Amino acid sequence: MDFIRPASWEEALAAKAEHPTAVPIAGGTDVMVEINFDHRRPEYLLDLNRIGDLTEWEVGEDTVRLGASVSYTKIMENLRAELPGLALASHTVASPQIRNRGGVGGNLGTASPAGDAHPALLSAGAEVEAESAARGTRLIPIDEFYTGVKRNALQPDELIRAVHIKKADGPQQYSKVGTRNAMVIAVCAFGLALHPETRTVRTGIGSAAPTPVRAKTAEDFLNAALEEGGFWDNGKIITPSAAKQFADLCSAACNPIDDVRGTASYRRHAVGVMARRTLTWTWESYRDARRASEGAA
Amino acid sequence: MPTNGAPTKITQGSQTKGGIGESTLRPDGTLKVTGEFAYSSDMWHEDMLWGQILRSTVAHAEIVSIDTGEALATPGVYAVLTYDDLPTAVKNYGLEIQDTPVLAHGKVRHHGEPVALVAADHPETARRAAAKIKVEYKELPVITDEASATAPDAILVHEGRDDHHSGHVPHPNIVHRQPIIRGNVEEARKRADVIVEGEYTFGMQDQAFLGPESGLAVPEEDGGVHLYIATQWLHSDLRQIAPVLGLPEEKVRMTLAGVGGAFGGREDLSMQIHACLLALRTGKPVKIVYNRFESFFGHVHRHPAKLYYEHGATKDGKLTHMKCKIVLDGGAYASASPAVVGNASSLSVGPYVIDDVDIEAIALYTNNPPCGAMRGFGAVQACFAYEAQMDKLAKKLGMDPVEFRQLNAMEQGTLMPTGQPVDSPAPVAELLRRVKAMPMPPERQWESSEGADVRQLPGGLSNTTHGEGVVRGIGYAVGIKNVGFSEGFDDYSTAKVRMEVVNGEPVATVHTAMAEVGQGGVTVHAQIARTELGVTQVTIHPADTRVGSAGSTSASRQTYVTGGAVKHTSELVREKVLELGRRKFGTYHPAWATAELLLEGGKVVTDGGEVLGDLVDVLGDEAVEIEAEWRHRPTEAFDLRTGQGNGHVQYSFAAHRAVVEVDTELGLVKVIELACAQDVGKALNPLSVVGQIQGGTIQGLGVAVMEEIIVDPKTAKVRNPSFTDYLIPTILDTPTIPVDVLELADDHAPYGLRGIGEAPTLSSTPAVLAAIRNATGLELNRTPVRPEHLTGTA
Repeated sequence: MDFIRPASWEEALAAKAEHPTAVPIAGGTDVMVEINFDHRRPEYLLDLNRIGDLTEWEVGEDTVRLGASVSYTKIMENLRAELPGLALASHTVASPQIRNRGGVGGNLGTASPAGDAHPALLSAGAEVEAESAARGTRLIPIDEFYTGVKRNALQPDELIRAVHIKKADGPQQYSKVGTRNAMVIAVCAFGLALHPETRTVRTGIGSAAPTPVRAKTAEDFLNAALEEGGFWDNGKIITPSAAKQFADLCSAACNPIDDVRGTASYRRHAVGVMARRTLTWTWESYRDARRASEGAA
Repeated sequence: MPTNGAPTKITQGSQTKGGIGESTLRPDGTLKVTGEFAYSSDMWHEDMLWGQILRSTVAHAEIVSIDTGEALATPGVYAVLTYDDLPTAVKNYGLEIQDTPVLAHGKVRHHGEPVALVAADHPETARRAAAKIKVEYKELPVITDEASATAPDAILVHEGRDDHHSGHVPHPNIVHRQPIIRGNVEEARKRADVIVEGEYTFGMQDQAFLGPESGLAVPEEDGGVHLYIATQWLHSDLRQIAPVLGLPEEKVRMTLAGVGGAFGGREDLSMQIHACLLALRTGKPVKIVYNRFESFFGHVHRHPAKLYYEHGATKDGKLTHMKCKIVLDGGAYASASPAVVGNASSLSVGPYVIDDVDIEAIALYTNNPPCGAMRGFGAVQACFAYEAQMDKLAKKLGMDPVEFRQLNAMEQGTLMPTGQPVDSPAPVAELLRRVKAMPMPPERQWESSEGADVRQLPGGLSNTTHGEGVVRGIGYAVGIKNVGFSEGFDDYSTAKVRMEVVNGEPVATVHTAMAEVGQGGVTVHAQIARTELGVTQVTIHPADTRVGSAGSTSASRQTYVTGGAVKHTSELVREKVLELGRRKFGTYHPAWATAELLLEGGKVVTDGGEVLGDLVDVLGDEAVEIEAEWRHRPTEAFDLRTGQGNGHVQYSFAAHRAVVEVDTELGLVKVIELACAQDVGKALNPLSVVGQIQGGTIQGLGVAVMEEIIVDPKTAKVRNPSFTDYLIPTILDTPTIPVDVLELADDHAPYGLRGIGEAPTLSSTPAVLAAIRNATGLELNRTPVRPEHLTGTA
């Protein structure tokens, strides 16, 4: 196995172009596990740790450009206001040591349905900044990024440089079920973001289908119900029957399997429960914020 | 008031500083928590090779062929060994039944069985070479449970058995069967006003010790080998290793290397013989270290079990009878299965008075992973089932579950189902009273002014609930565990104690072969030597086979038996020292001849406290050294038909109260508190006692809510051999564990002590299960419980 250590982003792109089978390694929290378990014996490892700007982020007008290697710890500590869903998801990643090493770029590169960041990215709305030496930069919408089990839309010569995530314009929540209270791979996970500016709700489901997915039918149902009832304006409590239907549609959006971590039937059930709860929490926050702003006015 | 980490009662045992009864600190503690302790996997030898084991990829198959050619031709490879390379006629090993092949011969019987060995100059070279060995298998149907094992046409896991159990078992796929019959169940059943039946399933738990199997074998000039090894019992290893190597035992020298936990998983051999074979073949030191994946295949696990119970009681709450059948899955090789059967059957009644019992326990041979010793050893599975039964009975009778248990609790003098009287304190009702009396943790601790503190809720930081669906439950359980080796085993330990003056100070050296696996034996041995010999300085010699056997670090026995040997030998040394004193100074003071003399604070003193002389002067240039064996009271085998017999030495009792919070919608559990009360006889080191109780409690919690090796019933292959998918509790899963330590002396034991390491592992699991049942109203007849069991989505 050759270990390639580029000193700059340009060198990294050139190396990836020259060795398209090279596996990029940043925090190593996925790659090293695969190597240790002998699941993968890459010919080349492409170490991105010398490239400083991958660990930086910029907060723009509408989006946060998050370097691929910004650690989950840094996200939790610095981007809670801008990216509340991703910050909550970061909290659920493994242990403090692993949160210090791992970043969203790795989650996207591995594209495991169990990656903790995916439901938060799907619900917030994001674009993946991919780059190759030959064709330069392109932005891949997150909805088109996950193409199969542990497969993504990257070309063999492309590297993930950053991810552009929409800054929160409303409350966001994230829940993950594991069979212990910390340091656990998701049995299933759910992200939900309210977008009052566009009067839409977005969702993300993890570990309950071959890829991370949005529950689009559930979103459509809820968007229509909220619109119809004037909920965004009147801030009424979402009726239990609407919440239940939303939850049922989220369950229906799952296409899970039975495995050692849980049953398909449990995953469907749990996604429904998480959908209902995260909707309740975010909507409650939205109403509180509305009331507060009315009170101030 | 019990507090977290401090026992309620500390007895000062000695006038000499650092003696028994004091919470002296562990000599290895700081090194371990700072990462500086040298574990067996850290060993290195100049010019050493690395050993690698090739393991079977299928559970049950005939081996058609093995081609090692390509592996042998790999540069850097020094040796490739298969069954055909074994040097002597002894090709099997085993704790009790020698049924385990050193390397597979003609057949593999479980997933991950060793088939071939490689030694190379780099671990990666060894791994790659092993992968080049071509093994052709012809797969056989797998035997995975009682039905497939005992079917009339079942394939025999072991053909042609001639071990000492083979004559009395009803089927060759049953390793051992122990019935216990006392009284008359049919008659007693007529007196029962209520009867409850239950069928329970106990999942396969792993010891999950953190230091993987590892050791270093160094060939010696005399043709022998020196093995540095992490194990639980050096001499038991030696007895199994030497015949396979074709060496006399004195040419196989063994030294204990740093052990990173054991919990029973190091009772059986793992890589010991393999490393020695490769070292002797290559003439070079050979190191073998398993990684975590291999470790899951490299040691036996706790027997998974099916337990069928029937209990009856009168309407005023007195137990009338018990009938049970316990089926333990021993997997492909016997390991400790026969002894686990003995424990499961003889402890199946629990700490209760029931005069009429009909008990049967069996262990199966299957193609599942081999199972053997693990903390609690057969008593754990039984306790899970009988405690569930106690709750069912109490419920049916409309009684408080604690009062119902207390009404039927055994006490000193109660007869075991084996007819053996319990001849030391058995404070079962009192332990229950104590855990029940502890203050209850406050409700809804997650509520704060800033919203829900998710760390206090089921799901923790995974943020699954802010209080929705969360219901509190409370459960109780109590258990009984035997201490020491039972059923007539000659369970002795040896200690060599030396006393001399070093740099003007009297120093005692204690040399035993006891495996320090983290239990704190080295701490306690030094305390005993200080107490008996009145010195401050005690040197603990590294454990090796140059001294006699210390028996196993299992069965909660080391403080009792090897501690007993250190005490006994120290007493002999003390007598010699006093003789020396009498000879030198006897004429100076009449008390030398007339008084009871003690050694305290570096001096010889009378029992009245008068100082007769300094140990430095008494010893002078002489050293006193004695090696002696010590054994506990003998036990008897259980009768093969009736199970009667004085089979056990001592019992250990613990009770738990579990407080859990269950997210009833998501099926997630947070154990809030696991209060424990245990009688320890005498706390030689109170801090270590509490540590053992808390550790055992957590291990019991693990198998209540998460720990299980999952074996595919179709292929008998292990599905989760990693810490990614075999989950053990993290600190966020660990509740507050208040411990109430009771010290009621057992007059038969050294200092009145009781072995303590296992009892807390028994009652912890059923207490947690009872609390979850209390919260959910579900029956829950299996452990561990997973979210799907609590949400109807299994």
